[in-house]
Parts: sequence; C-alpha cells; structure tokens
Amino acid sequence: MSEQHEQEHEHHIVSPVTYMIIFGALLVGTALTVLASYFDLGEWHIAPGLTLFWNPVVALAIATTKMMLVVLFFMHVKYSSKLTKLTVAAGFFMFLVLVGMTLADYFTRAWGRW
Amino acid sequence: MSDSTAIANGGQALSNSANTANSAHGEHPPYQRHHFASVEQQADTTNFAMWLFLLTEIMFFGGLFTSYLIMRNWYYQAFVDASHQLSIFWGTGNTVVLIASSFTMAMSVWSAEMKRRKSLLIYLCLTLVFGLTFLGIKGIEWHEKWEKHHIPGAHYSVQSFLNPQSDPEVYKEYQDKPLPPDAAQKTEEYFFLYFAMTGMHALHMVIGIGILVFMIFRAKAGAYTTGHVTFVENFGLYWHFVDIIWIYLFALLYLISRH
Repeated sequence: MSEQHEQEHEHHIVSPVTYMIIFGALLVGTALTVLASYFDLGEWHIAPGLTLFWNPVVALAIATTKMMLVVLFFMHVKYSSKLTKLTVAAGFFMFLVLVGMTLADYFTRAWGRW
Repeated sequence: MSDSTAIANGGQALSNSANTANSAHGEHPPYQRHHFASVEQQADTTNFAMWLFLLTEIMFFGGLFTSYLIMRNWYYQAFVDASHQLSIFWGTGNTVVLIASSFTMAMSVWSAEMKRRKSLLIYLCLTLVFGLTFLGIKGIEWHEKWEKHHIPGAHYSVQSFLNPQSDPEVYKEYQDKPLPPDAAQKTEEYFFLYFAMTGMHALHMVIGIGILVFMIFRAKAGAYTTGHVTFVENFGLYWHFVDIIWIYLFALLYLISRH
C-alpha cells in the first residue's frame, strides 16, 4: 500500500477529465484569437517613430496562454520534478533574452531600411 | 546459476534460463537500465534529456521567428499585404486539427499509463489520422501558392501586389492598395519565411508521423502497456512541442495582419 502511494507520488497520472478541459480551453482560445483578428484594436504611440499595435500583442498573449496550458497539463510540467520545472523555465527565459535583446536592437535603429 | 548448468540439465533448461535472466536483473524490472539506481531515476533522467532536446528545438525555431519579426518590421506593408494571401479558413481548421491531435496524444499517454492496449492503439491511430489531415490541408495551401506563383524563386510573381484587383478573391476581402514596385518585391521575403517556417514545422510533423507508425506496430505487439511508458511519454512531449510551434505560426503568419 505504502509502496503504491510512493509510486503515485513519483509518477502522477493526469486524468482524462483534465485533458478534456484543457482541450476545450484550447479550442476557446483559438476561437477568441481568430475573432480578435477581425477587429482593429488600435495602436499606442509610445514615442516618435515607435508604435505598438495591439492586434499582434493580443494574438501573442492568447498564443502564450495556449502554450502555457499545453506545457503545464499536456506536457505534465505542473506534475513534474523541480529539476524539470527549473529547466523549462530557464530555457524559456534564455529564449526571451535572446529574442528580446535582438529585437530591441533592430527595432530602435534605422539600419536595413530600403 | 550458470548457463552451462542450464544446458547440462537438459529438460529443465527453459525454466533455468528464465531464472538466470531474473537473477541478472536482480530486483528490478527488465526495462530498467543497469546504470540507473531505480526506475524513477531512469524516468526522470530521460524526461530531463527530452526537455533539453526540446529547448534546443525552441532556440532553432526561435531564430526563424526572430528573422520573421525583424523582416516584418522593416517591410511592414509588404508583409501585411502578402499575409492577406493566406486562408484564415484553412489556418483555423489546421489549428483545430492539431489541437485535437495533441489531445488524442495526451490520451495515448494516459492509456499507456493505465495499461489499456486497445485504447492506446485507438488514440495513437487517431493522432496519426489528425497528423496526416494537417499535412493534407497544408498541401492544399501550398498548392494554391504554387498556382499563384507565390513560391520564391525564378517564377515568383508580384502581380497580386502591384495590381491587387487582378486577384479578385483576396481583393474582395481586403481591398489592398497597390504596392510600389520596390515594396512589392519584398513580399517574396514574406513567402520565403512562410515556406521556411511552415516547411520546417511540416518536416517535424513528418518525422513525428514516422515514429507514430512505428509506435502503433509496437503497441499492437503489446509494448508500452507493461508499466514502461517512457517512450510514449517522451514522444508525447515532442508532439505537443510541434503543436506549440504551430500555435505561434498561426498567430504570426495568419492573424496579426488581418484586420
């Protein structure tokens, strides 16, 4: 009995109900992001020559929410060891640093324009 | 008990060799490799290694996404008009198909964990069907680009962008203004990145489908439902990762320039 309990602690089996809820949430997210793309959500002039459009921001925010649901539940990270959680988080952080720094450089210079 | 004794015993050889196999593996199941202290340690290690591989994949696709964002920022109008060529109908359809395949893959992992061979086979086959459907729809979309000469290269045509009304189906929906010739040339950059990104994604799908077929044959022979689910689980991670890439491709290529 105690051995079985230990095994359960080590290897968490995610129930089909959880998978179905996540599946439903992903479909709702897809519908929302398609719907949002039909509207012009406007823009924010941060500084001269630097404008933030809301449409891509909303699309990426919904995509990231969907990605989090897949990673946490379908990919079991929510139920994984601390080592896996730390590895995944560190990997995404590194990814954001690389992409963010590169884009910050390109977006704030006038190089490359024809 | 040594092998020679087993042979010498003649009639008892079969049961004895079974004992030999047992003693070689000691107190652990046969699928546990000898350099691991426990099955849990083995599962944690392979899971960790799979995540490291997926992180290198994220960096690889990250390069493509970053190039796309830089180019889109430089040649904004060309990228907006070029992305109007993509069909929101097929794009949304493919997103639903791929999310469904991720769900059936998650259910495959559950079936393996619950040791249900039949349900594992059904869910793996469904995952395969959804994967093939995705590639079929992608093929329809690519074929349309071929017909319209929107594949970068010697036969690339900027007609749809110099004279949007020559492309009535797209014009009806977006009423794009004609692009100046230098900007119209830059639509080729968009399609180059479109094919690089969706093509690399499709290649990952093809590899995944190959492994799925292999797994279906193995599962039919009774594999994965004996308590050793690592292979199905780690393949699931790969399949969900491919799904995540598509979620971003759909948002960036199809949606953000629509309105």
